[in-house]
This record gives sequence, C-alpha cells and structure tokens, in this order.
Amino acid sequence: MSLDQIRIWLDERLSLGSVSEIARKKEVPVHRHSIWYYFGGMTLFLFTVQVVTGILLLLYYRPSAENAFESVQFIMTEVKFGWLIRSIHSWSANLMIATLFIHMFSVFFMRAYNKPRELTWLSGVGLLFISIAFGFSGYLLPWNEVSFFATKVGTDIAGVVPVIGHSMLRFLRGGDEVTGATLTRFFGFHVAVLPALATVFIGVHVLLVQLHGMHVPRRYEHNHGYMKFFPNFFLRDLIGWILAIGVLAALAALFPWELGVKADPFAPAPAGIKPEWYFLFMFQTLKYIPARILGIEGEVLGILAFMLGGLVWVVIPFINREPEQRRRILIFNVFGVFVVLYIVVMTIVGYLA
Amino acid sequence: MQTVNGPGRSKEHEAPSRRRFLDYLLGTSAFATLGAIFYPIIRFIAPPQIVEAMQNSVVAAKLNELPPNSGKIFKFGNKPGILVRSASGELKAFSAVCTHLDCIVQYRPDTKQIWCACHNGQYNMNGQNVGGPPPRPLEEYAVNTRGDDVVVTRI
Amino acid sequence: MADQLNISVDCVATAKGPCYRRCAALILALFMCFFVHSSSASGQNKNSCVECHASLEGRFGDPARTIHDDVHLSRGLSCNDCHGGDPNVYDQFAAKDPRKGYLGRPRTADIPAFCGKCHNDASFMKKYNPSLRVDQEKEYLSSVHGQLLRTGNQKVATCISCHGVHGIRGVSDPLASVYPSNVAETCAKCHGKSDYMSDFKIPTDQYEKYKVSVHAKALYDRQDLSAPTCNDCHGNHGAAPPGIASVANVCGQCHVRQGELFQASPHKLVFDNLQYSECIKCHNNHDIAAPTDDLIGTGPNSICITCHSEGDKGFIAAREMRARLDELQAGIGRSIEILDRAERAGMEVSRPKFDLREATDALTHARVLIHTSSTAEVDKLAVPGLEVAAKTYQAGIGALAELSFRRKGLVVSLFFIIFLAGLVYLKIRQLESKNLVGEK
Repeated sequence: MSLDQIRIWLDERLSLGSVSEIARKKEVPVHRHSIWYYFGGMTLFLFTVQVVTGILLLLYYRPSAENAFESVQFIMTEVKFGWLIRSIHSWSANLMIATLFIHMFSVFFMRAYNKPRELTWLSGVGLLFISIAFGFSGYLLPWNEVSFFATKVGTDIAGVVPVIGHSMLRFLRGGDEVTGATLTRFFGFHVAVLPALATVFIGVHVLLVQLHGMHVPRRYEHNHGYMKFFPNFFLRDLIGWILAIGVLAALAALFPWELGVKADPFAPAPAGIKPEWYFLFMFQTLKYIPARILGIEGEVLGILAFMLGGLVWVVIPFINREPEQRRRILIFNVFGVFVVLYIVVMTIVGYLA
Repeated sequence: MQTVNGPGRSKEHEAPSRRRFLDYLLGTSAFATLGAIFYPIIRFIAPPQIVEAMQNSVVAAKLNELPPNSGKIFKFGNKPGILVRSASGELKAFSAVCTHLDCIVQYRPDTKQIWCACHNGQYNMNGQNVGGPPPRPLEEYAVNTRGDDVVVTRI
Repeated sequence: MADQLNISVDCVATAKGPCYRRCAALILALFMCFFVHSSSASGQNKNSCVECHASLEGRFGDPARTIHDDVHLSRGLSCNDCHGGDPNVYDQFAAKDPRKGYLGRPRTADIPAFCGKCHNDASFMKKYNPSLRVDQEKEYLSSVHGQLLRTGNQKVATCISCHGVHGIRGVSDPLASVYPSNVAETCAKCHGKSDYMSDFKIPTDQYEKYKVSVHAKALYDRQDLSAPTCNDCHGNHGAAPPGIASVANVCGQCHVRQGELFQASPHKLVFDNLQYSECIKCHNNHDIAAPTDDLIGTGPNSICITCHSEGDKGFIAAREMRARLDELQAGIGRSIEILDRAERAGMEVSRPKFDLREATDALTHARVLIHTSSTAEVDKLAVPGLEVAAKTYQAGIGALAELSFRRKGLVVSLFFIIFLAGLVYLKIRQLESKNLVGEK
C-alpha cells in the first residue's frame, strides 16, 4: 500500500486530481508590497489556534455564574497544561484582532476592494464585526471582576442607541442587568452562533480570494514577478506561523493571563475599568464628548457617529467609484491615515489615562 | 522583471548531502515541534486527579479509620470539616469552623461533645451550641458510605 | 348538657309535670352559662375596684388602666388578691373594709413583704409557675437596696421600682421592664440620675459607660440575649457589686478559660492584696471594650505599664508576650499576602490556605493564654503557629517559583521555534536556488 496507490484510490472517488491541479497552478504576485499578503493567512492561522484551544477549554469550562470562575481556576491549577492553553487562547485573541486590523488597512490602502472584489470586502467587514463580537463575548466568560464590569459598561453603551438601544441591551444581557443569564447567553454566542457565522463568512471570503487571485496595486501591474503558492509562498507563510507560535509562547511566558478575583455583582466597580484595547479608542472618545450637544446626549451622538463610520467603512467600494484618480487617491488615503492615527492615538491615550 | 531566486548559480552539484541534511534536520525539528504541541494537548485532555472544580462532596475518611467515640478533621473545599463517630457507632459530619471566632473545633471522647479549645465553646452531637460563647450551631453535612469510603456532602 | 341533667328530649313533647320543670331548668341553666361566661371575661364576676378606679383621673385611675397588661390578672388574680377588700360590692367603704382584709397602699418599707406574701409561698406559687424561685424577698434583704431599706432609707429600689406596680409583665415578655434588653434602662432610671443619687456616694455613669461596651453591642445590636446586662454580674434581687476577690468568678461564669487562667496566675494574689478588682483592673467594669493586642505589652496604649516599669519581671513578660503575638500575626499576614498573590495569578494554593487556619487558631488561642502572664504558656501555642505560618509562606514561594519555572520553560521552547523557522527559511533558499520561481 504505497502513498501513490492511496492517492489514486482517492482521486478516482473525490476528483482530487483537479484540486491538486488548481493548487499547483496557484500563484502569488511578487512586488514591493507583497509582504502585506501574509496577513490574511496569519489571521486565519490565529483563528485556527483559537478554535483548537477553544475546543480544548470547552472540555472543562462551565458557563454558569456559580461555576465559571471556579472552572477556569480548575483549568489553571488542576488540568495539566491548562494554564498554557488558557494563556494562549487569551493572547491569540488579541493577536488575531491586531493582524486583522493590519490586513484590513493594508487592503484599504492598496485599494484592493475595487471591482471585482467588492464582495470580498463585504465579507471581510462582516468578519471584522464577527471577530469583535467574539472578543466581547469571550471576555466575559472567565467571570472575574474586570470582565464583569467591562461587560456592564459595554452593554450600557449599547443601550444608549436611540429607539432600539434598550431592546438591544436586554437581548445582549438576557435581562436588565448583567447576571448568570448574560454569561450563558454570551457562551452560546461565543461557541455556537459566532463560529457558525464565521465559518460561512470565512468560506465565502477565502473562496472569493481563490477565484479572483491576489490584487496587484496599479503601480506594479506591469512589473511584478510571480511565486508559486505551493511550496514557495506556503513555506514563507509557514515561517510566519511558526514565529507566531513563538510570539504566543513568549507572551504566555512573560505575561501570563491572570485569574483575577471572582465577579461580585453587588460590589462597587473598581477604579479605572477599561475595556480590551480594541474597544479602547471608542471608549475614550465617548469620555471626551461633552454631556450634551444641541440638546442631545453626547453619548448618543458618539455612538451614532461610530455607527455611521462603520457604515461608511462597509460601503467604501461603492463610494470609491474611480479609485485610480489622483485626487481620489489622496482623499481616501488621507481618510485612511486619519482613521488609523485616530485609533492609535485614542488607544494610547486610553491606556495612559 | 523580477525573480526571487539568488544569483544564477545552481547549487545542484553540491545539493545531495546538504539537501539531505537540511531535510533531515527539518523533518526532525518539525516532528519535535509537533510533538511539543501535541504533548500538552494530550495531557490536557486526560482527566486530572481531582475531576471537579466545586467541592460539594468529598471522601472524608475510610470506614475503618474511625473507631466509635472518635472524631477526625478533614478538608472540605477550602474549609475544615469534622467527622464524628458517636459511641453508638453513628457517623455525623459538621463544619469544623467554630461559630464564635473561627477556631477549629475538635471531638472530645470524655464529654462526648464537640469542643472548641479557644474559648471553651461546646456543641452537642447535633451540632447545636450548648455551652460557652458560640452564638450559632455548626453547619451540618450529610454522611454516606460508598463501599469503604465515608462520603460527606453539603446539604 | 341534656344527659348531664338527665332529661330525655322526647319528654318535652308531652305536657306538664316534672318533665316540664326539668326542661325549664335546662333552658335557665343555659341562659345562666351565657351570663356567667360573659361577666367572668372582665375579671371575677364583678370587679368594683377596676370599675370605680377606671373613672378616676390621674394616678388614682392609672392602676385600673394598666392592670389589663398585668401577668397576675391573666392568671386569674385581681386587685383584692394583693390589696384585700371586696371587689363585689360597689360601696366605697364596704369594698375597702379592713375587716374584709383591705390593706390599702403599702408603705415603701413594707413592699418586699407585701409581694412576698405570695412569692415566698412555695406551695402557692407551684399552682401558677412551679419553676419560679420563692426566695426573692430573702435575696432582696441581702442586697444593698434591701439593707438600706431596713435602715429606713426610702430612696432605694423595691419590687415595684423595677417590675412596675400594676402592669407587671412576665420576665420573658419583651415589653417587660426586666426583659434582658430592658434591664439596663430600668436600673438607669435611678442609677443614671446624678441628682437623685447625690445622697449615695457612688458614680452615676454606669449606664452611659455600659452602652458603649462590647456586651451592650452584643445585646442590643446582635440581639444576643446571652450577653450580660446589669443583673448578670450584680445579681437580680440580691443586687450588690461583687467583692474584689470574686470578680474573676463573676466574669468567669462566661469567660471560663480566662477566669481559670487568671486565677492560677501570679496576678490573682497580688491583685487581691492590693485591692485591685481582678478583671476590672485591665478591662474596666461597665465600659468594657473589645480587647485588642494593644492592651498587652509595653507600648503607650498598654495596660501593663500602669503597674510595671522598665526592668521588672512583669515588664519583660509583657513585652515578650506582645512580641510573640505580633510575630505570629505578622507571619500570618505575610503568608496570606503571598498566597493571595499566587492565587490571583492562577496557582492552586487551597491546601496551604487551609493549613494556615491552624496558625490563625493558634493566634486566637494565644491571645487567651496571656491571662497566665507567662511567656512560656503563650509560646506553647505561638511557636507551632509560627511554624505553620512559615511553612505556608514557603508554599506560597513555591507556587510563585512554579509560575516562574513555567515562564523559563516557555522561553527555552522559543529557541527551538526560532530554530525551526530558520530551517524552513533555509529550505526555501534551497528550493529557490533551483529556479522554481516563475517570471513575468
């Protein structure tokens, strides 16, 4: 029973041959900005790490207010290498969001969202929201003081949206307050609903990428090389992934994720509650908006502004109709740089405050 | 026009041994790394010694450990418990935390009471505070036997 | 009722004769039952005392109004059972006829005997409450109040001063003036008034002091009825301050261990000779505060330095005992701090935390043993306690070391990971030296 015989047997039943033809033919453009091509795959790799470590944690985690904290403590103290799996899961979540942002902004600045890739952009923005939802729901699961109050503040902000805000708050919290019901609900989102959505969106996103191939910026359209995906680009991807594992190991070693103090719904909030860093810029912005502007509550305006910003971001491919016009390039680049700088500055300010 | 290979020279003629060496190193390294990844995962999946987080029930002692008219302190979660076998052979279990100032109580075979040495608090065999400063009875637990084990459960 | 009166009902149907008379008797008896029943609800048949006095104003009418809460009334006794007289007649002089046993209002000096008329009689009291004592009058006469009363002093307390006079409630009634949580106020009615007490050369700040004591906090805030109030230390009817040499016995009723230890200590003899009232010397008598470690030792707030000075045996013992307590407490504090730190980081430290309880036990116990005034006795507990604290501290160190070990382990694995990445890079170089890259 040689490898070849197995291959022939499978090919006769699964048409593997045609798949391997496509794989062998797949090529990646090579130019000065090829480096950004790695970040999509990196995000996918980190997502896979999340799925694997997440499933492992699922074997021991209990999603109820009475048991959640104790079960995480159990994982950290009794289960062999539980501390490692847990730390990796928490850190990889953050790394994934970071690479996701880099990937998204690189696509934006290279204007890769244009025809025929509008749908890829849409599915990508969908993945952005899904990932943020993953982060928000997962953050509550350890049920410690920090996560409890971060969730309280976060859902409070959701409740500020006019008209639908209160219903949204009740839907998210499973009631009017953050309780064990919220925990169970968030758990359901985190391990069932969001993974299902993510599978669909990732499937669409990756398929579209295979269909259209990689976008090449106008400048290099006529002077770039090619690299075969298998094995050349893939091996380079692999280096990145191996180094990512190294970074995760280093983070788990040097900055292990703490257990914290069990959440007490009746205790007052500790000073300086902050959400995770990817929410910080919004959080900090809301703090700076004056209480009332033209008779409307400042917070409401802030939320609406962010929602509008999100909407603009979604429809960028449809706004930017003539993408290669010089003035347009300038406007959109300035807009993009402004967004990036705003996020970076506000995040830093949020930490220093 | 760009290529990504090195300056023209083919390394084929010196390849075989170096290539094989590199492949060998790569193979073993990859194998070792995969092992280093799968080993923790396998150990993680195997159930640990203590199988549950919340301790609502614990094996306090073996049946033959406690003669009649004696007591034993055991660990119940984070707090101490006391398992008592009365002179008539009945098994009872209570929280061993004295309700006065949290000292650990003990069983006294001479007075057949549960006693706290700190301020002379006394409890009867029902856990009720019958003498000295304790203001409340001791919390009682349920006792069952499972084979040779005496299992104490929170009520 | 019909069978009691031996009447058969069908006899009613036939006409007159003995049968008819018996029926009538039955009906009349029933009617009488109603009548008697309704009148006995308001006391014995008729009660002219209550009815007349109820119509009077002020202090002449008060007895009739307050009597309805009285425990004696609820047992079927009434005005005449104490005061004599006849409650069935409505003529003032006939009702208050001395020939009918009317005693009127007793003089202050006669009150103990007045109440004692019944309360000393064991066979009488047995009918109402077999477990009540019958020696209250005898006890009272041995008290300071009783002795002063015998010398003719009218300002002292008698039965009615504490129990009330007409609306007397039982001791277990929470509204009674002698219910445990009301006793101190009742005593303070006289003992708290400095102008009333000016004849007697005793302080009048006891109630104010008691109110801030740890006993008062237990009694009033925690509703702990076993906490002492005035009568628990001074006695009920035989109320007198305990003698100087018997204070430890009184306090030792509840604080058994401390009392025993003190009485076996060198302080007992010394205090009694110097007329220091034992426990009270250090803990005060009415404003007893919850003791803290500050009380013992040679610091500025300690009690020991009131008698002991630099160099004497007691001074050294005080300093050493305090030092031991402090050491133990500090050791426990350090252990808790490090174990908490390890726990927050996610390390399993429930066993050391459990073991640490032994040390906290030892500290609580050692604090009792200072009453022996012997460092050796305190050491018997403190030294094992210190060992436990040290052991658990080491466990905490171990947990943090394990944390650090894991870190180092991961850093080591980093090198291998980088090594692997480097090998892949070399592989790429090798593959591409064979010109695998396409051109365009």
